[in-house]
Amino acid sequence: MSSKRKIINILNHARVYFGIGVSLAILLSILLLIIINGIQSLSFEFVFSLSAPRGFSLMPMIINTFIIVIFALVIALPLGIGAAIYLNEYAKPNSNVVKVVRACIVTLSGIPSIIYGLFGFLFYVIALGWTWSLRAGIFTVSIMILPILIRSTEDALRAIPVSYRMGSYALGAGKFHTIRKVVVPAAINGILASVILSIGRVVGETAALLLTAGTLLDMPQNLSSSGATLSVFMYLITVEHGDMQRAYATALVLMTFVLGLNLLANFIARKLKKV
Amino acid sequence: MTAFEINNVNLFYSDFQALHDVNLKVNKHEITAFIGPSGCGKSTLLRALNRMNDLIDGCRVEGEVLLNGVDIYKEMDVNVLRKRVGMVFQKPNPFPMSVYDNIAYGPRVHGIKSKPQLNEIVERCLRDAAIWDEVKDRLKKSALSLSGGQQQRLCIARSLAVQPDVLLMDEPTSALDPISTAKIEELVIQLKKQYTVVIVTHNMQQATRISDNTGFFLMGEMIEYGKTSDIFSVPSDKRTEDYITGRFG
Ligand SMILES: Nc1ncnc2c1ncn2[C@@H]1O[C@H](COP(=O)(O)OP(=O)(O)OP(=O)(O)O)[C@@H](O)[C@H]1O
Ligand SMILES: [Mg+2]
Repeated sequence: MSSKRKIINILNHARVYFGIGVSLAILLSILLLIIINGIQSLSFEFVFSLSAPRGFSLMPMIINTFIIVIFALVIALPLGIGAAIYLNEYAKPNSNVVKVVRACIVTLSGIPSIIYGLFGFLFYVIALGWTWSLRAGIFTVSIMILPILIRSTEDALRAIPVSYRMGSYALGAGKFHTIRKVVVPAAINGILASVILSIGRVVGETAALLLTAGTLLDMPQNLSSSGATLSVFMYLITVEHGDMQRAYATALVLMTFVLGLNLLANFIARKLKKV
Repeated sequence: MTAFEINNVNLFYSDFQALHDVNLKVNKHEITAFIGPSGCGKSTLLRALNRMNDLIDGCRVEGEVLLNGVDIYKEMDVNVLRKRVGMVFQKPNPFPMSVYDNIAYGPRVHGIKSKPQLNEIVERCLRDAAIWDEVKDRLKKSALSLSGGQQQRLCIARSLAVQPDVLLMDEPTSALDPISTAKIEELVIQLKKQYTVVIVTHNMQQATRISDNTGFFLMGEMIEYGKTSDIFSVPSDKRTEDYITGRFG
Protein backbone atom coordinates (compact mmCIF):
# COMPACT_ATOMS: atom_id res chain seq x y z
CA MET A 1 0.00 0.00 0.00
CA SER A 2 1.38 3.41 -0.91
CA SER A 3 1.86 5.86 1.90
CA LYS A 4 -0.73 8.18 0.40
CA ARG A 5 -3.37 5.42 0.43
CA LYS A 6 -2.37 4.60 3.97
CA ILE A 7 -2.95 8.14 5.13
CA ILE A 8 -6.30 8.31 3.37
CA ASN A 9 -7.23 5.04 4.97
CA ILE A 10 -6.34 6.28 8.43
CA LEU A 11 -8.23 9.51 7.84
CA ASN A 12 -11.31 7.58 6.71
CA HIS A 13 -11.19 5.42 9.79
CA ALA A 14 -10.76 8.46 11.96
CA ARG A 15 -13.79 10.05 10.37
CA VAL A 16 -15.95 7.00 10.97
CA TYR A 17 -14.82 6.64 14.57
CA PHE A 18 -15.31 10.35 15.16
CA GLY A 19 -18.88 10.08 13.89
CA ILE A 20 -19.64 7.07 16.03
CA GLY A 21 -17.94 8.69 19.01
CA VAL A 22 -19.92 11.91 18.79
CA SER A 23 -23.29 10.17 18.39
CA LEU A 24 -22.52 7.81 21.24
CA ALA A 25 -21.34 10.64 23.45
CA ILE A 26 -24.52 12.64 22.85
CA LEU A 27 -26.74 9.64 23.48
CA LEU A 28 -24.85 8.64 26.60
CA SER A 29 -24.80 12.12 28.07
CA ILE A 30 -28.57 12.43 27.64
CA LEU A 31 -29.09 9.04 29.24
CA LEU A 32 -26.67 9.80 32.07
CA LEU A 33 -28.17 13.23 32.70
CA ILE A 34 -31.61 11.68 33.06
CA ILE A 35 -30.50 8.68 35.07
CA ILE A 36 -28.31 10.63 37.51
CA ASN A 37 -30.83 13.41 38.04
CA GLY A 38 -33.81 11.16 37.93
CA ILE A 39 -32.58 8.58 40.39
CA GLN A 40 -32.04 11.22 43.10
CA SER A 41 -35.69 12.15 43.26
CA LEU A 42 -37.07 8.76 42.39
CA SER A 43 -38.78 6.90 45.17
CA PHE A 44 -41.11 3.97 45.45
CA GLU A 45 -43.82 6.37 46.62
CA PHE A 46 -43.39 8.68 43.67
CA VAL A 47 -43.86 5.87 41.18
CA PHE A 48 -46.33 3.50 42.78
CA SER A 49 -48.22 5.26 45.57
CA LEU A 50 -52.00 5.22 45.26
CA SER A 51 -52.59 7.68 48.08
CA ALA A 52 -50.02 10.40 47.44
CA PRO A 53 -51.39 13.89 46.78
CA ARG A 54 -52.13 14.88 43.21
CA GLY A 55 -48.96 15.08 41.11
CA PHE A 56 -46.79 13.28 43.65
CA SER A 57 -47.44 9.79 42.32
CA LEU A 58 -46.93 8.78 38.72
CA MET A 59 -49.32 5.85 38.97
CA PRO A 60 -52.32 7.62 37.38
CA MET A 61 -50.12 8.85 34.52
CA ILE A 62 -48.58 5.42 33.99
CA ILE A 63 -52.03 3.89 33.79
CA ASN A 64 -53.31 6.63 31.47
CA THR A 65 -50.33 6.18 29.17
CA PHE A 66 -50.73 2.43 29.16
CA ILE A 67 -54.45 2.65 28.38
CA ILE A 68 -53.92 5.11 25.55
CA VAL A 69 -51.09 3.12 23.98
CA ILE A 70 -52.86 -0.22 24.18
CA PHE A 71 -56.25 0.98 22.97
CA ALA A 72 -54.72 3.05 20.20
CA LEU A 73 -52.83 -0.02 18.99
CA VAL A 74 -55.91 -2.19 19.29
CA ILE A 75 -57.75 0.25 17.02
CA ALA A 76 -55.00 1.23 14.62
CA LEU A 77 -53.04 -2.00 14.22
CA PRO A 78 -55.76 -4.12 12.55
CA LEU A 79 -56.78 -1.15 10.40
CA GLY A 80 -53.20 -0.39 9.46
CA ILE A 81 -52.25 -3.98 8.67
CA GLY A 82 -55.53 -4.51 6.82
CA ALA A 83 -55.01 -1.38 4.75
CA ALA A 84 -51.41 -2.34 3.98
CA ILE A 85 -52.45 -5.84 2.93
CA TYR A 86 -55.18 -4.43 0.73
CA LEU A 87 -52.88 -1.89 -0.91
CA ASN A 88 -50.02 -4.29 -1.42
CA GLU A 89 -51.77 -7.56 -2.20
CA TYR A 90 -55.25 -6.91 -3.51
CA ALA A 91 -55.50 -3.47 -5.07
CA LYS A 92 -54.39 -3.14 -8.68
CA PRO A 93 -50.96 -1.56 -8.49
CA ASN A 94 -50.90 1.91 -10.04
CA SER A 95 -54.67 2.20 -10.09
CA ASN A 96 -55.92 5.69 -9.36
CA VAL A 97 -57.50 4.70 -6.06
CA VAL A 98 -54.18 3.35 -4.82
CA LYS A 99 -52.33 6.45 -5.99
CA VAL A 100 -54.74 8.73 -4.14
CA VAL A 101 -54.67 6.62 -0.98
CA ARG A 102 -50.86 6.49 -1.00
CA ALA A 103 -50.63 10.24 -1.47
CA CYS A 104 -52.99 10.72 1.48
CA ILE A 105 -50.96 8.42 3.67
CA VAL A 106 -47.70 10.18 2.88
CA THR A 107 -49.31 13.55 3.56
CA LEU A 108 -50.88 12.36 6.79
CA SER A 109 -47.59 11.05 8.12
CA GLY A 110 -46.01 14.44 7.59
CA ILE A 111 -48.62 16.46 9.46
CA PRO A 112 -47.45 17.93 12.79
CA SER A 113 -49.15 16.30 15.73
CA ILE A 114 -50.69 19.52 16.98
CA ILE A 115 -52.89 19.49 13.88
CA TYR A 116 -54.15 16.05 14.84
CA GLY A 117 -54.69 17.48 18.32
CA LEU A 118 -56.70 20.35 16.94
CA PHE A 119 -58.81 17.98 14.87
CA GLY A 120 -59.37 15.70 17.87
CA PHE A 121 -60.30 18.64 20.00
CA LEU A 122 -62.79 20.06 17.50
CA PHE A 123 -64.25 16.71 16.49
CA TYR A 124 -64.21 14.38 19.48
CA VAL A 125 -64.05 16.82 22.38
CA ILE A 126 -66.42 19.49 21.05
CA ALA A 127 -68.54 18.11 18.20
CA LEU A 128 -69.11 14.65 19.65
CA GLY A 129 -69.23 16.12 23.15
CA TRP A 130 -66.76 13.62 24.59
CA THR A 131 -65.04 16.42 26.56
CA TRP A 132 -61.40 15.92 27.51
CA SER A 133 -61.20 12.21 27.88
CA LEU A 134 -59.01 9.17 27.39
CA ARG A 135 -61.19 8.03 24.52
CA ALA A 136 -60.82 11.34 22.71
CA GLY A 137 -57.07 10.93 23.17
CA ILE A 138 -57.14 7.31 22.03
CA PHE A 139 -59.04 8.03 18.84
CA THR A 140 -56.83 11.01 18.06
CA VAL A 141 -53.54 9.17 18.40
CA SER A 142 -54.98 6.14 16.57
CA ILE A 143 -55.41 8.31 13.49
CA MET A 144 -51.98 9.75 14.08
CA ILE A 145 -50.17 6.40 14.06
CA LEU A 146 -52.20 4.88 11.24
CA PRO A 147 -49.99 6.23 8.44
CA ILE A 148 -46.85 4.95 10.20
CA LEU A 149 -48.36 1.50 10.56
CA ILE A 150 -49.59 1.35 6.98
CA ARG A 151 -46.38 2.56 5.44
CA SER A 152 -43.99 0.34 7.33
CA THR A 153 -46.25 -2.71 7.07
CA GLU A 154 -46.43 -2.12 3.33
CA ASP A 155 -42.65 -1.90 3.14
CA ALA A 156 -42.39 -5.13 5.09
CA LEU A 157 -44.88 -6.90 2.80
CA ARG A 158 -43.16 -5.65 -0.31
CA ALA A 159 -39.88 -7.08 0.91
CA ILE A 160 -41.27 -10.63 0.99
CA PRO A 161 -39.95 -12.49 -2.06
CA VAL A 162 -42.46 -13.58 -4.70
CA SER A 163 -40.94 -17.05 -4.52
CA TYR A 164 -42.55 -17.61 -1.09
CA ARG A 165 -45.95 -16.83 -2.53
CA MET A 166 -45.31 -19.04 -5.56
CA GLY A 167 -44.28 -21.89 -3.28
CA SER A 168 -47.52 -21.57 -1.38
CA TYR A 169 -49.75 -21.29 -4.44
CA ALA A 170 -48.02 -24.30 -5.99
CA LEU A 171 -49.14 -26.37 -3.01
CA GLY A 172 -52.75 -25.50 -3.66
CA ALA A 173 -53.10 -22.74 -1.07
CA GLY A 174 -55.44 -19.86 -1.84
CA LYS A 175 -54.46 -16.22 -1.82
CA PHE A 176 -55.87 -15.41 1.60
CA HIS A 177 -54.24 -18.45 3.19
CA THR A 178 -50.92 -17.57 1.56
CA ILE A 179 -51.05 -14.04 2.90
CA ARG A 180 -52.08 -15.15 6.38
CA LYS A 181 -49.72 -18.08 6.81
CA VAL A 182 -46.69 -17.16 4.74
CA VAL A 183 -46.52 -13.48 3.83
CA VAL A 184 -47.62 -11.82 7.07
CA PRO A 185 -45.55 -14.12 9.35
CA ALA A 186 -42.51 -13.49 7.17
CA ALA A 187 -43.14 -9.76 7.51
CA ILE A 188 -43.68 -9.87 11.25
CA ASN A 189 -40.35 -8.21 12.09
CA GLY A 190 -41.14 -5.25 9.88
CA ILE A 191 -44.62 -5.00 11.37
CA LEU A 192 -43.10 -5.14 14.84
CA ALA A 193 -40.77 -2.29 13.96
CA SER A 194 -43.78 -0.21 12.99
CA VAL A 195 -45.51 -1.09 16.26
CA ILE A 196 -42.47 0.00 18.25
CA LEU A 197 -42.29 3.21 16.26
CA SER A 198 -45.96 3.83 16.98
CA ILE A 199 -45.56 3.16 20.68
CA GLY A 200 -42.72 5.66 20.78
CA ARG A 201 -44.84 8.18 18.94
CA VAL A 202 -47.80 7.83 21.33
CA VAL A 203 -45.79 7.73 24.52
CA GLY A 204 -43.82 10.79 23.46
CA GLU A 205 -46.88 12.73 22.32
CA THR A 206 -47.84 15.87 24.20
CA ALA A 207 -49.44 18.39 21.87
CA ALA A 208 -52.19 16.14 20.51
CA LEU A 209 -53.00 14.63 23.90
CA LEU A 210 -52.95 17.89 25.81
CA LEU A 211 -55.82 19.02 23.58
CA THR A 212 -57.83 15.80 23.69
CA ALA A 213 -57.10 13.66 26.73
CA GLY A 214 -56.65 16.66 28.97
CA THR A 215 -54.48 17.24 31.99
CA LEU A 216 -56.19 15.62 34.95
CA LEU A 217 -53.69 14.02 37.33
CA ASP A 218 -56.12 11.60 39.02
CA MET A 219 -56.68 7.90 38.60
CA PRO A 220 -58.94 7.38 35.57
CA GLN A 221 -62.38 5.99 36.37
CA ASN A 222 -63.23 4.95 32.81
CA LEU A 223 -62.47 5.90 29.22
CA SER A 224 -64.43 9.14 29.52
CA SER A 225 -62.22 10.39 32.33
CA SER A 226 -59.72 13.04 31.44
CA GLY A 227 -56.16 11.97 32.14
CA ALA A 228 -52.61 13.16 31.58
CA THR A 229 -50.02 10.78 30.19
CA LEU A 230 -46.43 10.73 31.45
CA SER A 231 -45.28 13.07 28.70
CA VAL A 232 -48.12 15.51 29.28
CA PHE A 233 -47.35 15.41 32.99
CA MET A 234 -43.70 16.18 32.29
CA TYR A 235 -44.73 19.12 30.20
CA LEU A 236 -47.02 20.40 32.93
CA ILE A 237 -44.56 20.19 35.79
CA THR A 238 -41.69 21.58 33.76
CA VAL A 239 -43.53 24.48 32.21
CA GLU A 240 -46.13 25.26 34.85
CA HIS A 241 -44.36 24.28 38.05
CA GLY A 242 -40.71 24.49 37.00
CA ASP A 243 -40.13 21.41 39.13
CA MET A 244 -37.10 19.86 37.43
CA GLN A 245 -36.60 17.15 40.03
CA ARG A 246 -39.96 15.55 39.40
CA ALA A 247 -39.50 16.09 35.66
CA TYR A 248 -36.26 14.10 35.67
CA ALA A 249 -37.76 11.31 37.72
CA THR A 250 -40.70 11.17 35.34
CA ALA A 251 -38.35 11.08 32.37
CA LEU A 252 -36.58 8.09 33.87
CA VAL A 253 -39.88 6.27 34.40
CA LEU A 254 -40.95 7.20 30.87
CA MET A 255 -37.80 5.68 29.40
CA THR A 256 -38.22 2.50 31.40
CA PHE A 257 -41.84 2.38 30.32
CA VAL A 258 -40.97 2.59 26.61
CA LEU A 259 -38.29 -0.05 27.04
CA GLY A 260 -40.78 -2.33 28.77
CA LEU A 261 -43.41 -1.89 26.06
CA ASN A 262 -40.86 -2.58 23.32
CA LEU A 263 -39.75 -5.77 25.04
CA LEU A 264 -43.38 -6.79 25.36
CA ALA A 265 -44.00 -6.13 21.64
CA ASN A 266 -40.89 -8.13 20.81
CA PHE A 267 -42.04 -11.02 22.96
CA ILE A 268 -45.50 -11.08 21.38
CA ALA A 269 -44.04 -10.96 17.87
CA ARG A 270 -41.79 -13.89 18.64
CA LYS A 271 -44.76 -15.87 19.96
CA LEU A 272 -46.77 -15.02 16.84
CA LYS A 273 -43.95 -16.07 14.58
CA LYS A 274 -44.00 -19.56 16.06
CA VAL A 275 -47.54 -20.42 14.95
CA MET B 1 -51.24 -44.68 -19.23
CA THR B 2 -51.36 -40.95 -19.80
CA ALA B 3 -51.17 -38.33 -17.06
CA PHE B 4 -51.26 -35.17 -19.15
CA GLU B 5 -52.63 -34.81 -22.60
CA ILE B 6 -51.80 -31.47 -24.15
CA ASN B 7 -53.87 -30.69 -27.24
CA ASN B 8 -53.22 -27.74 -29.56
CA VAL B 9 -52.06 -25.43 -26.82
CA ASN B 10 -51.37 -21.84 -27.77
CA LEU B 11 -50.26 -19.50 -25.03
CA PHE B 12 -50.06 -15.72 -25.11
CA TYR B 13 -48.46 -13.16 -22.83
CA SER B 14 -50.66 -10.22 -23.86
CA ASP B 15 -49.77 -9.90 -27.56
CA PHE B 16 -46.73 -12.13 -27.53
CA GLN B 17 -47.36 -15.77 -28.44
CA ALA B 18 -45.05 -17.92 -26.33
CA LEU B 19 -46.37 -21.36 -27.33
CA HIS B 20 -47.51 -22.46 -30.79
CA ASP B 21 -49.80 -25.46 -31.20
CA VAL B 22 -48.14 -27.73 -28.70
CA ASN B 23 -49.32 -31.36 -28.65
CA LEU B 24 -47.89 -34.02 -26.42
CA LYS B 25 -48.72 -36.78 -23.95
CA VAL B 26 -47.00 -37.22 -20.61
CA ASN B 27 -46.96 -40.84 -19.51
CA LYS B 28 -47.61 -41.92 -15.95
CA HIS B 29 -44.70 -43.12 -13.85
CA GLU B 30 -42.20 -41.88 -16.35
CA ILE B 31 -39.86 -38.94 -16.39
CA THR B 32 -40.47 -36.50 -19.20
CA ALA B 33 -37.83 -33.87 -19.94
CA PHE B 34 -38.29 -30.59 -21.78
CA ILE B 35 -35.14 -29.26 -23.43
CA GLY B 36 -34.41 -26.34 -25.70
CA PRO B 37 -32.58 -23.03 -25.83
CA SER B 38 -33.31 -20.23 -23.39
CA GLY B 39 -36.61 -18.47 -24.01
CA CYS B 40 -38.14 -21.27 -26.09
CA GLY B 41 -41.08 -21.68 -23.70
CA LYS B 42 -40.16 -24.68 -21.52
CA SER B 43 -41.04 -22.96 -18.26
CA THR B 44 -44.13 -21.49 -19.85
CA LEU B 45 -45.40 -24.92 -20.85
CA LEU B 46 -44.55 -26.34 -17.43
CA ARG B 47 -46.47 -23.56 -15.71
CA ALA B 48 -49.42 -24.23 -18.00
CA LEU B 49 -49.66 -27.69 -16.43
CA ASN B 50 -50.45 -26.43 -12.92
CA ARG B 51 -51.89 -23.12 -14.05
CA MET B 52 -49.22 -21.02 -12.40
CA ASN B 53 -49.59 -18.83 -15.49
CA ASP B 54 -52.95 -17.76 -14.07
CA LEU B 55 -50.94 -15.52 -11.74
CA ILE B 56 -49.38 -13.62 -14.62
CA ASP B 57 -51.36 -10.61 -15.83
CA GLY B 58 -52.36 -10.84 -19.46
CA CYS B 59 -51.51 -14.52 -19.86
CA ARG B 60 -54.04 -16.45 -21.97
CA VAL B 61 -54.20 -20.14 -22.85
CA GLU B 62 -56.00 -21.69 -25.83
CA GLY B 63 -56.44 -25.37 -26.51
CA GLU B 64 -56.85 -28.01 -23.84
CA VAL B 65 -54.77 -29.65 -21.15
CA LEU B 66 -56.23 -32.87 -19.79
CA LEU B 67 -55.13 -34.47 -16.54
CA ASN B 68 -56.41 -38.05 -16.45
CA GLY B 69 -58.92 -37.01 -19.08
CA VAL B 70 -60.22 -33.98 -17.20
CA ASP B 71 -59.75 -30.48 -18.63
CA ILE B 72 -57.71 -28.60 -16.00
CA TYR B 73 -58.80 -25.19 -17.27
CA LYS B 74 -62.52 -25.85 -17.55
CA GLU B 75 -63.43 -28.64 -15.20
CA MET B 76 -61.09 -28.40 -12.24
CA ASP B 77 -60.64 -26.09 -9.27
CA VAL B 78 -57.20 -24.53 -9.49
CA ASN B 79 -56.26 -25.39 -5.90
CA VAL B 80 -57.30 -29.00 -6.37
CA LEU B 81 -55.22 -29.11 -9.53
CA ARG B 82 -52.16 -27.73 -7.74
CA LYS B 83 -52.57 -30.24 -4.95
CA ARG B 84 -52.43 -32.99 -7.54
CA VAL B 85 -49.67 -31.40 -9.61
CA GLY B 86 -46.80 -30.22 -7.43
CA MET B 87 -44.03 -27.89 -8.51
CA VAL B 88 -40.37 -27.51 -7.64
CA PHE B 89 -38.74 -24.25 -8.66
CA GLN B 90 -35.40 -23.38 -10.13
CA LYS B 91 -34.19 -21.59 -7.02
CA PRO B 92 -34.94 -23.46 -3.77
CA ASN B 93 -37.69 -21.49 -2.03
CA PRO B 94 -38.33 -22.93 1.42
CA PHE B 95 -40.64 -20.79 3.55
CA PRO B 96 -38.97 -18.89 6.38
CA MET B 97 -40.24 -21.41 8.94
CA SER B 98 -38.94 -24.54 10.57
CA VAL B 99 -38.14 -27.63 8.51
CA TYR B 100 -41.15 -29.33 10.07
CA ASP B 101 -43.56 -26.49 9.30
CA ASN B 102 -42.35 -26.33 5.72
CA ILE B 103 -43.37 -29.92 5.12
CA ALA B 104 -46.54 -29.67 7.18
CA TYR B 105 -47.63 -26.52 5.34
CA GLY B 106 -49.27 -28.27 2.40
CA PRO B 107 -51.13 -30.92 4.44
CA ARG B 108 -52.35 -28.17 6.80
CA VAL B 109 -53.62 -26.17 3.82
CA HIS B 110 -55.67 -29.19 2.85
CA GLY B 111 -57.13 -29.64 6.31
CA ILE B 112 -54.92 -32.15 8.12
CA LYS B 113 -54.61 -31.05 11.73
CA SER B 114 -53.82 -34.15 13.74
CA LYS B 115 -50.32 -34.01 15.17
CA PRO B 116 -49.49 -37.74 14.85
CA GLN B 117 -50.66 -37.73 11.25
CA LEU B 118 -48.54 -34.65 10.47
CA ASN B 119 -45.53 -36.24 12.19
CA GLU B 120 -45.96 -39.29 10.04
CA ILE B 121 -46.23 -37.25 6.81
CA VAL B 122 -43.21 -35.12 7.67
CA GLU B 123 -41.01 -38.12 8.33
CA ARG B 124 -42.21 -40.07 5.29
CA CYS B 125 -41.74 -37.16 2.88
CA LEU B 126 -38.32 -36.26 4.23
CA ARG B 127 -37.31 -39.90 3.83
CA ASP B 128 -38.73 -40.03 0.31
CA ALA B 129 -36.76 -36.92 -0.56
CA ALA B 130 -33.58 -38.51 0.82
CA ILE B 131 -32.97 -35.78 3.37
CA TRP B 132 -34.34 -37.28 6.57
CA ASP B 133 -30.98 -38.33 7.99
CA GLU B 134 -29.58 -34.85 7.49
CA VAL B 135 -32.43 -32.96 9.16
CA LYS B 136 -34.03 -35.36 11.63
CA ASP B 137 -32.26 -33.65 14.54
CA ARG B 138 -33.13 -30.15 13.42
CA LEU B 139 -36.79 -30.35 12.46
CA LYS B 140 -37.52 -27.29 14.61
CA LYS B 141 -34.68 -25.25 13.09
CA SER B 142 -35.29 -22.72 10.35
CA ALA B 143 -35.28 -24.22 6.88
CA LEU B 144 -33.23 -21.25 5.72
CA SER B 145 -30.25 -22.57 7.68
CA LEU B 146 -29.94 -25.57 5.34
CA SER B 147 -27.52 -25.67 2.40
CA GLY B 148 -28.83 -24.96 -1.10
CA GLY B 149 -28.93 -28.64 -2.03
CA GLN B 150 -30.69 -29.55 1.20
CA GLN B 151 -33.15 -26.72 0.68
CA GLN B 152 -34.00 -28.06 -2.77
CA ARG B 153 -34.60 -31.57 -1.45
CA LEU B 154 -36.69 -30.01 1.32
CA CYS B 155 -38.77 -28.28 -1.34
CA ILE B 156 -39.22 -31.61 -3.10
CA ALA B 157 -40.32 -33.16 0.20
CA ARG B 158 -42.70 -30.24 0.68
CA SER B 159 -44.31 -30.96 -2.69
CA LEU B 160 -44.62 -34.65 -1.89
CA ALA B 161 -46.42 -33.88 1.36
CA VAL B 162 -49.72 -33.14 -0.39
CA GLN B 163 -49.53 -36.49 -2.22
CA PRO B 164 -49.48 -35.18 -5.76
CA ASP B 165 -49.80 -37.43 -8.82
CA VAL B 166 -47.39 -35.36 -10.87
CA LEU B 167 -44.29 -33.38 -9.95
CA LEU B 168 -43.21 -30.50 -12.19
CA MET B 169 -39.58 -29.46 -11.84
CA ASP B 170 -38.18 -26.34 -13.50
CA GLU B 171 -34.40 -26.70 -13.73
CA PRO B 172 -34.29 -27.96 -10.15
CA THR B 173 -30.52 -28.42 -10.11
CA SER B 174 -29.32 -25.38 -12.00
CA ALA B 175 -28.52 -23.52 -8.78
CA LEU B 176 -26.73 -26.47 -7.18
CA ASP B 177 -23.26 -27.98 -7.03
CA PRO B 178 -22.48 -31.31 -8.79
CA ILE B 179 -22.83 -33.44 -5.66
CA SER B 180 -26.23 -32.02 -4.73
CA THR B 181 -27.23 -32.36 -8.37
CA ALA B 182 -26.29 -36.04 -8.39
CA LYS B 183 -28.32 -36.59 -5.22
CA ILE B 184 -31.37 -34.93 -6.71
CA GLU B 185 -31.08 -36.87 -9.97
CA GLU B 186 -30.93 -40.11 -8.03
CA LEU B 187 -33.92 -38.96 -6.02
CA VAL B 188 -35.95 -38.11 -9.11
CA ILE B 189 -35.31 -41.58 -10.52
CA GLN B 190 -36.57 -43.07 -7.24
CA LEU B 191 -39.63 -40.84 -7.32
CA LYS B 192 -40.95 -42.12 -10.62
CA LYS B 193 -42.10 -45.34 -8.96
CA GLN B 194 -44.78 -43.34 -7.20
CA TYR B 195 -45.06 -40.16 -9.20
CA THR B 196 -45.06 -38.84 -12.71
CA VAL B 197 -42.26 -36.32 -13.23
CA VAL B 198 -41.94 -33.54 -15.78
CA ILE B 199 -38.58 -31.81 -15.66
CA VAL B 200 -37.15 -28.83 -17.51
CA THR B 201 -33.42 -28.93 -17.92
CA HIS B 202 -30.63 -27.17 -19.75
CA ASN B 203 -28.33 -30.01 -19.05
CA MET B 204 -28.38 -32.54 -21.88
CA GLN B 205 -26.53 -35.18 -19.87
CA GLN B 206 -29.12 -34.80 -17.17
CA ALA B 207 -31.91 -35.43 -19.64
CA THR B 208 -30.22 -38.58 -20.95
CA ARG B 209 -29.39 -39.81 -17.45
CA ILE B 210 -32.81 -39.56 -15.93
CA SER B 211 -35.59 -39.11 -18.45
CA ASP B 212 -37.66 -41.64 -20.35
CA ASN B 213 -39.09 -39.18 -22.84
CA THR B 214 -37.78 -35.90 -24.14
CA GLY B 215 -39.45 -32.99 -25.86
CA PHE B 216 -37.32 -30.52 -27.77
CA PHE B 217 -38.63 -26.95 -28.07
CA LEU B 218 -37.61 -24.06 -30.24
CA MET B 219 -39.18 -20.60 -30.21
CA GLY B 220 -42.43 -21.76 -28.69
CA GLU B 221 -42.84 -24.79 -30.92
CA MET B 222 -42.40 -28.40 -30.02
CA ILE B 223 -40.02 -29.66 -32.64
CA GLU B 224 -39.71 -33.25 -31.61
CA TYR B 225 -40.97 -35.52 -28.88
CA GLY B 226 -40.15 -39.16 -28.22
CA LYS B 227 -38.13 -41.69 -26.28
CA THR B 228 -35.06 -40.03 -24.81
CA SER B 229 -32.81 -42.72 -26.25
CA ASP B 230 -34.20 -42.07 -29.72
CA ILE B 231 -34.06 -38.30 -29.51
CA PHE B 232 -30.44 -38.33 -28.50
CA SER B 233 -29.27 -41.08 -30.85
CA VAL B 234 -31.43 -40.76 -33.93
CA PRO B 235 -33.16 -37.37 -33.88
CA SER B 236 -35.55 -37.07 -36.78
CA ASP B 237 -35.33 -33.30 -37.09
CA LYS B 238 -32.21 -31.48 -38.19
CA ARG B 239 -32.78 -28.73 -35.63
CA THR B 240 -32.90 -31.24 -32.77
CA GLU B 241 -29.68 -32.74 -33.97
CA ASP B 242 -28.02 -29.33 -34.17
CA TYR B 243 -29.12 -28.52 -30.65
CA ILE B 244 -28.06 -31.74 -28.97
CA THR B 245 -24.74 -31.77 -30.73
CA GLY B 246 -24.21 -28.27 -29.41
CA ARG B 247 -24.27 -26.42 -32.71
CA PHE B 248 -26.57 -23.76 -31.30
CA GLY B 249 -28.56 -22.88 -28.19
N1 LIG C 1 -44.35 -13.23 -17.44
C1 LIG C 1 -44.05 -13.08 -18.74
N2 LIG C 1 -44.54 -12.03 -19.42
C2 LIG C 1 -44.24 -11.87 -20.73
N3 LIG C 1 -43.46 -12.68 -21.44
C3 LIG C 1 -42.92 -13.75 -20.81
C4 LIG C 1 -43.20 -14.01 -19.43
N4 LIG C 1 -42.53 -15.12 -19.07
C5 LIG C 1 -41.91 -15.54 -20.18
N5 LIG C 1 -42.13 -14.72 -21.23
C6 LIG C 1 -41.61 -14.89 -22.59
O1 LIG C 1 -42.03 -16.13 -23.07
C7 LIG C 1 -40.98 -16.79 -23.75
C8 LIG C 1 -40.72 -18.15 -23.13
O2 LIG C 1 -40.24 -17.95 -21.81
P1 LIG C 1 -39.90 -19.15 -20.83
O3 LIG C 1 -39.58 -18.58 -19.51
O4 LIG C 1 -41.00 -20.13 -20.89
O5 LIG C 1 -38.59 -19.76 -21.53
P2 LIG C 1 -37.68 -20.96 -21.02
O6 LIG C 1 -37.63 -21.92 -22.15
O7 LIG C 1 -38.10 -21.45 -19.71
O8 LIG C 1 -36.27 -20.24 -20.91
P3 LIG C 1 -35.10 -20.51 -19.87
O9 LIG C 1 -34.44 -21.74 -20.33
O10 LIG C 1 -34.22 -19.31 -20.02
O11 LIG C 1 -35.71 -20.64 -18.51
C9 LIG C 1 -39.78 -15.87 -23.69
O12 LIG C 1 -39.69 -15.17 -24.92
C10 LIG C 1 -40.10 -14.93 -22.57
O13 LIG C 1 -39.55 -13.67 -22.82
MG1 LIG D 1 -37.27 -21.41 -17.73
